[in-house]
Amino acid sequence: MRFSIYRYDPDKDEKPYMQEYDIVLEPADKMLLDALIRIKVVDDSLSLRRSCREGVCGSDGMNINGRNGLACITPISELKEPVELRPLPGLPVIRDLIVDMTQFFKQYHSIKPYLINNDPPPETERLQSPEERAELDGVYECVLCACCSTACPSFWWNPDKYVGPAALLQAYRFLADSRDQATAERLDNLEDPYRLFRCHSIMNCVDTCPKGLNPTKAINKIKGMMVKRTV
Amino acid sequence: MVKRIVTGAHYGLLDWLAQRVTAVVMVVYILSLIVALLISTPHDHAAWETIFANQWIRIASFLFFVSLCWHAWIGIRNILMDYIHETGIRLTIQVLVILSLLFYAVWAIEIVWG
Repeated sequence: MRFSIYRYDPDKDEKPYMQEYDIVLEPADKMLLDALIRIKVVDDSLSLRRSCREGVCGSDGMNINGRNGLACITPISELKEPVELRPLPGLPVIRDLIVDMTQFFKQYHSIKPYLINNDPPPETERLQSPEERAELDGVYECVLCACCSTACPSFWWNPDKYVGPAALLQAYRFLADSRDQATAERLDNLEDPYRLFRCHSIMNCVDTCPKGLNPTKAINKIKGMMVKRTV
Repeated sequence: MVKRIVTGAHYGLLDWLAQRVTAVVMVVYILSLIVALLISTPHDHAAWETIFANQWIRIASFLFFVSLCWHAWIGIRNILMDYIHETGIRLTIQVLVILSLLFYAVWAIEIVWG
């Protein structure tokens, strides 16, 4: 199977280049990550992040034939040859397919991604009704792989000011949580022409999310909450 | 000076909402105008003048132009915020856009009422 992979080592290379690989796959190689590990046997200088190899850790996000995705859950059978692999767009490249996620996590950090509840902790858990718990379906599953935010033009132009689809989905995850008490502060924190309103419903995030989540819908729900408290 | 990323202007909702409302106003106006013109198609300048002499048509047209300018302002400011990152240049262009839109709004009123 033929691959064309983005290579860049800032210590050695003047500029990035594409390297061709032609490798023979084994029958057990089902996912793109299996093929990449096979390439690493031939060329161990190729750098990429991976960990759980089953779409839970979110480490191996990359641009696969022009679309962001997780290598470990992208079936080889669905890929057109030569498979073109590039690092996630819009973030600084550390080496090959590894990008610097600092900016991404700064935005994630800025939405306070934890439950804020000032009541004294009860003996057991803070209970939710099945309906309240159902509100979190489709928002809690995010693995923070950054596929969506790095596919978003608004995040490309203003990564320092626009929170981005991944962190906004997480912001909604806590706004939607019946146990959270910081709704007003969370909305105040987001009510900003840059932080929230750079979203122009381009929906690249929805198109690219490897977990099938819908950040645009969550963002619209945040806007809906703001309308509700203002109008 | 410390180079800080400053956000937290605490506005944006009104503009976002206004963009949608003004879009609806424009769609309603354009569709109504098309229907009205299909029903009684004016064939000369005098006929056009009669249509726009109607006070309701004038008010609707005025609302349309206000919506158009407001909508254009929000849209263009969005584009400028996306692409022009130098604050001074962005502010200058924004002021120019506001002034031109005001100019067009006044001109449109003069055309409809003049």
